[in-house]
Amino acid sequence: MGRTLSEKVWDEHVVRSKPGEPDLLFIDLHLIHEVTSPQAFEGLRMAGRTVRRPDLTLATEDHNVPTVDWDKPIADPVSRTQVETLRRNAEEFGVRLHPLGDIEQGIVHVVGPQLGLTQPGMTIVCGDSHTSTHGAFGAIAFGIGTSEVEHVLATQTLMQAKPKTMSVTINGSLPAGVTAKDMVLTLIAHTGTGGGQGYIVEYRGQAIEELSMEARMTVCNMSIEWGAKAGLIAPDQTTFDYIEGRPEAPKGADWDAAVAHWKSLVTDEDAEFDAEIVLDASTMTPFVTWGTNPGQGVPLGSAVPHPEEFEDAQDKVAAEKALQYMALEAGTPMREIKVDTVFVGSCTNGRIEDLRLAAAIIKGHKVDQDTRLLVVPGSVRVRLQAEQEGLDVVFKEAGAEWRGAGCSMCLGMNPDTLEPGERSASTSNRNFEGRQGKGGRTHLVSVPVAAATAIRGTLSSPADLSPVEPVETTN
Amino acid sequence: MEKFTTHTGVGVPLRRSNVDTDQIIPAVYLKRVTRDGFEDGLFSAWRNDPSFVLNNEAYAAGSVLVAGPDFGTGSSREHAVWALQNYGFKAVISPRFADIFRGNSGKSGLVAAQVDEKVVQRLWDHLEQNPGATVTVDLESRTVRAGEGVDAIEDSFDIDDYTRWRLLEGLDDIGITLGNEADIASYELTRPSWKPATIHAG
Ligand code: SF4
Repeated sequence: MGRTLSEKVWDEHVVRSKPGEPDLLFIDLHLIHEVTSPQAFEGLRMAGRTVRRPDLTLATEDHNVPTVDWDKPIADPVSRTQVETLRRNAEEFGVRLHPLGDIEQGIVHVVGPQLGLTQPGMTIVCGDSHTSTHGAFGAIAFGIGTSEVEHVLATQTLMQAKPKTMSVTINGSLPAGVTAKDMVLTLIAHTGTGGGQGYIVEYRGQAIEELSMEARMTVCNMSIEWGAKAGLIAPDQTTFDYIEGRPEAPKGADWDAAVAHWKSLVTDEDAEFDAEIVLDASTMTPFVTWGTNPGQGVPLGSAVPHPEEFEDAQDKVAAEKALQYMALEAGTPMREIKVDTVFVGSCTNGRIEDLRLAAAIIKGHKVDQDTRLLVVPGSVRVRLQAEQEGLDVVFKEAGAEWRGAGCSMCLGMNPDTLEPGERSASTSNRNFEGRQGKGGRTHLVSVPVAAATAIRGTLSSPADLSPVEPVETTN
Repeated sequence: MEKFTTHTGVGVPLRRSNVDTDQIIPAVYLKRVTRDGFEDGLFSAWRNDPSFVLNNEAYAAGSVLVAGPDFGTGSSREHAVWALQNYGFKAVISPRFADIFRGNSGKSGLVAAQVDEKVVQRLWDHLEQNPGATVTVDLESRTVRAGEGVDAIEDSFDIDDYTRWRLLEGLDDIGITLGNEADIASYELTRPSWKPATIHAG
């Protein structure tokens, strides 16, 4: 019988396999950041161990760094200690680090692909659950805890039980104005937050093939939000074109050998998945969340649901608690919900295509007077590219805040947070209670919805915007 | 890591599903560079609510948490496990755990015992009717027990064989893997030259 894509990649990385034990998997790339690594390095130090493969390890600073005044010392002493600890560890153990101020600094899942380090058929891990992002290239990529970070540092391997396989086939084409983010939010609402539990998922079908590389990353990024171990997409010409010419991409004869191998990384015709889901992209619409987990979402055109609508008793209770936390009344049209802050950024939607899309919608408009728009590029490179294209000017003229690179308001860990009771429309990936700051209320949205919402002040899509008046010229 | 065979302690009924790691410990508390001291961040938002279960004296010294399905979803932060352990929890019982949380628990020595949803319901009822009552998590026989007489609750729980063995023996994963160092070295020799590296010689 044939094998699925994920089985092929898995099998290529098995260092040791014994019945009754997890497989020992070789790890091709280990990404590190300041929050989940200090205890791992400390563990190495205490045991007198070294980093086995510094040449397969890359560190950057992203979670707790400020996105303004990044050239000044970090004001929060505890954050500063964490960043300084990473710098000391990188130096001591010989790990390549892109610190704040470096041109390659940024969110770890934006930096890897951008450097060309993320390639098909790899195993990639990081002490961060959104490592699944890298699956967009046909890699097995997943988040690990700090004990596992230490294990990878010491051995360049991980013990892993082989997950089951699932295919998510998305047929048809996305309608205009509907994005990869809407697609994945629709999927999660369909499966629930535990639906992918125990599976490596392969996203396939026409709608997936039609996505750009960056949009594929958005889909794979949110695999963890429905519980999947990892999510991946078979590499194709779109993938190869994205990688070619990047700083760490193979060159010359190596490139040819690599591409020849990558082309074999597809699910065989006769392979079988343990589970299958099929969805139709052509019926999808802009999708937003109303609750406190990413599965609690509805089309933008509908209303906040009634807890009674849920069959499952647990779901009912969860919905009641969520509505209470979100201060929402069942039956309220989603479009009537007023937001205070709009956040465009994160490893889900903080890449150059996202910023181009946001700028195209915002151009010529003004941000609503009661709303704040924060645009945070995923990396320094993305920021510079956007500035080269003049996108920063579009944002600033509309009244938005144009920031430095980092995780920013995706998680309440750096200075960018919501105030208690504040409501946001956010292009990030989690709407958990307090995720963006204690007491903050988050609606997950796509980039077009975020941009339109910033202009109108209520959850909106670009279709709700009045046309921009032609600018008068004096000559 | 300390060996774990069986533990009996005060059971804490947490009547919630989808308890994500941002609830277990919010990001602002993740800034320490050690593995201890995270108990102050445990369930920090909920602890402001006087009716929250851990604010009830009877449960405050709890060491066995009984939660709804999809416990530990979200972030990969192992700090969630440390916060539970730093507070004094030795085991968590739930009908379903998020993968990364379960993995992290196994590495740190916290037992994540997966039971049938009905067992959780019965434990919740029992612990709410008898605040301060204990629950036993027996890793050797893979059973959870609570109560006495006709109302006694006893059921098996799931935990994978390998993790159970490691917890029973108190073994450190890195030590086990380094025992197979030769396998890693020979695997490394077979890796194609075009695979990327972050540091380049010369
Ligand atoms: S942007 Fe958000 S989800 Fe992505 S790595 Fe940073 S904190 Fe995690």
